[in-house]
Amino acid sequence: MSSLLNKSRPPVFCPGCSHERVAHALDKAFLNMNIQGDQIVMVSDIGCSGLFDTFFNTHAFHGLHGRALTYAAGLKLSRPELNVVVTMGDGGLGIGGAHLLAACRRNLNLTLLVLNNFNFGMTGGQCSATTPTEAQVGSGFLNQLERPLDVCEVASAAGIAYAARCSSYRKDLAQEIEKAIRFNGFSLIDMWGICPGRFTKRNKLTPKDIDKSISDLAPKKGVVSGNVRKEYSQHYKELAESRKSVNAPVTIEASLIPLNTARQEVIILGSAGQRIVTAGEILCLAGLSAGLNATQKNDYPITVLRGHSISELVLSSEEIGFTGILNPDVIVALSQEGVERRKNFFDTLNEKTLILQLPEVKIPSCKAKVMNIDFKAQGIKSQDRALASLSILAKLNKVISLEMLQSALKVRFKEPALSISLDLVDQVETDSL
Amino acid sequence: MALSFLEGNEAIAWGAKEAGCRFFAGYPITPATTIFNTMLNLLPPSGGICLQGEDEIASIGYCLGASMAGLKAMTATSGPGISLYSEQISFAIGSEIPIVIVDVQRLGPSTGSATRGADGDINFMRWGNSSGLPVIVLAPVDVKDCFLLTMHAFNLAEEFRCPVFIASNKEIAMTRESIDLKSIKRPDINERLAPLEGKPFLPFDVADGRMVPDFLPIGGDVPVRQTSSTHGPDGYITTNSNEIADNQNRLKKKLVSAVNSFSFYEEYINKNSDTLLITYGITTRAARAACEDLKQAGTSVSHLVLKTLWPVPEDLIREKAKNFKHVVVAEMNLGQYVREIERILPEKQIKFYGQMDGSLIYPDRIKEVISNV
Repeated sequence: MSSLLNKSRPPVFCPGCSHERVAHALDKAFLNMNIQGDQIVMVSDIGCSGLFDTFFNTHAFHGLHGRALTYAAGLKLSRPELNVVVTMGDGGLGIGGAHLLAACRRNLNLTLLVLNNFNFGMTGGQCSATTPTEAQVGSGFLNQLERPLDVCEVASAAGIAYAARCSSYRKDLAQEIEKAIRFNGFSLIDMWGICPGRFTKRNKLTPKDIDKSISDLAPKKGVVSGNVRKEYSQHYKELAESRKSVNAPVTIEASLIPLNTARQEVIILGSAGQRIVTAGEILCLAGLSAGLNATQKNDYPITVLRGHSISELVLSSEEIGFTGILNPDVIVALSQEGVERRKNFFDTLNEKTLILQLPEVKIPSCKAKVMNIDFKAQGIKSQDRALASLSILAKLNKVISLEMLQSALKVRFKEPALSISLDLVDQVETDSL
Repeated sequence: MALSFLEGNEAIAWGAKEAGCRFFAGYPITPATTIFNTMLNLLPPSGGICLQGEDEIASIGYCLGASMAGLKAMTATSGPGISLYSEQISFAIGSEIPIVIVDVQRLGPSTGSATRGADGDINFMRWGNSSGLPVIVLAPVDVKDCFLLTMHAFNLAEEFRCPVFIASNKEIAMTRESIDLKSIKRPDINERLAPLEGKPFLPFDVADGRMVPDFLPIGGDVPVRQTSSTHGPDGYITTNSNEIADNQNRLKKKLVSAVNSFSFYEEYINKNSDTLLITYGITTRAARAACEDLKQAGTSVSHLVLKTLWPVPEDLIREKAKNFKHVVVAEMNLGQYVREIERILPEKQIKFYGQMDGSLIYPDRIKEVISNV
């Protein structure tokens, strides 16, 4: 087993850069683990840590600043057998903060090496998410205003099961890296290092200083006991296998004879909670049961159980072109707020249109035929009135037949909802109409 | 005959599954969410992966990783999400990562109106990347197109190693419609081409007579490099200006020179007409109704429906328009694709109708424009 370092592209960093030590330690870790280049993918992003993918004879994926963990997750979920090692600087950590938190919460088996050198080396030494407040950096006084982030603390709070903090100058760095890679879950090492090109030009920082600073902090040595749990991809597989597989969309055989084959338009004007969308769907399914084409276009606000709810429905034996309502055959006016949303529309109606109107709903004056229906008097509750309206249409042989409606209910509902809906349809009175 | 009753979003998910999609990641956003919902029902039980990303940038990032690992991947969002995808889209273009991106357009700008339709991202999909290199954009008219064009989108992404957009619209995506899935003639399924054995593999090397590099997955037996940096055939950074120029030109040419092989369209030609109406997407349906009404009233109009928008099918448009004196373009924005039509047909009189008010363009509006040419 030989080194995986790319001999034709040896690591090149500024003289004295701690990243170079990390590159060699990582190679040693791979060697110790006896894994080959085709079993590893190095994922990197932008900044000096983003050079890492070019130094190794492994699979490599180099992408956008801060997004390395997203590519790594896609790769790992698709190829669970791969060892996925992500290198990121303190810059990538800051810009990709949301992805770090998500990775900690997810616990997918990736290893993140944070090459933390407290500044943006590549762009001129600006402050990063980990720059000490007292440091002199390329961002003027701005770092004095922001607290540096403790990566391990943040990651632990977000649920990471393995977080270690160490100096890039540790003699056993390769063993530290190996431990993190071998951990079955998301693991992170916050590796403190020195950026001689930028940071130590204006700030004093030695390997000894790093050791001292780290020893002043609560130790982070790897496994975060309270956070240890199932690895994400194994867990995903377990849960996915228990899901029922869906092989094809439901189909409806055209077994009935349609009442009418021409384009017919119905619009139901109601309120959220009145099961307007379900009734619209049932009307369309009734059409399908007689071989008609159907479209259903709904309009409702983002709130649930509040606001208007409108369903625009078209049935036709021909292919349906325009999905809006041009000249409706039927308007079902079930609530005032539904009518208000379409109040300008009444002006253009003619005698062709039949309006089913409830006593409590006012409609603008128009030329349409109006049929008054008192569902309240029939003891039909608000949430059943849209379906009850379809029953009226069916009993009047308008747009759909009773058989078509019953057939649609059988497609749409299982027991006990089916019997309840069939009973409701049966119960609706049309004698007085 | 047996019909299903699906919304456009569901049809996209079913089309993706039939095309071999094995990975989906998305972030919930109206009006695209039901694509995610459907993929979540379809993929995990059959061994695929469906993820809810922590944001849109992550969602497409997951897909790019999965795609490079060899899986067919798709993501879906709306205008605000496409904005966040932008940098990753540029990556997929420049580094030739196959991916299908569904943009269920809603009324903008910005967060705009979540539940109102528009075709406001037509130019954004094409030009919303750094470098301005082309992508493929397909525009469905109805639920059937959602299914079929999604299958084509996967095929094109595999064939050309590029992002392929489905330019949907809330009005197609969330409108349910009857569809006879069995009767749809499916295209053959494309897969990325693996290189011939015997030659050392270079991740961006283009074989003689081809326009697209051969593909090996990250995670296979041969180490593969992928990079967002300007690269040579070996996948390492290059500063060689000839190499850079050749690659950039190829990225453009591989799509632009091939568009005639994937110019999807429909036409309704009336011999006596001197006006050609050009539409795409949901507006096509109002246009058909308008043409039908005009025909009944004795005015003949011809109608060209474009389903491949980008790269612009220039030959097709020139050929179809050549016998017409007038051209009318209608779209659900204030004038985007009409600029391409004007560019391609400089000798024609072009009339435009655009509307951006959150509601469908009605047939009457189109009739008025045609009657006034």
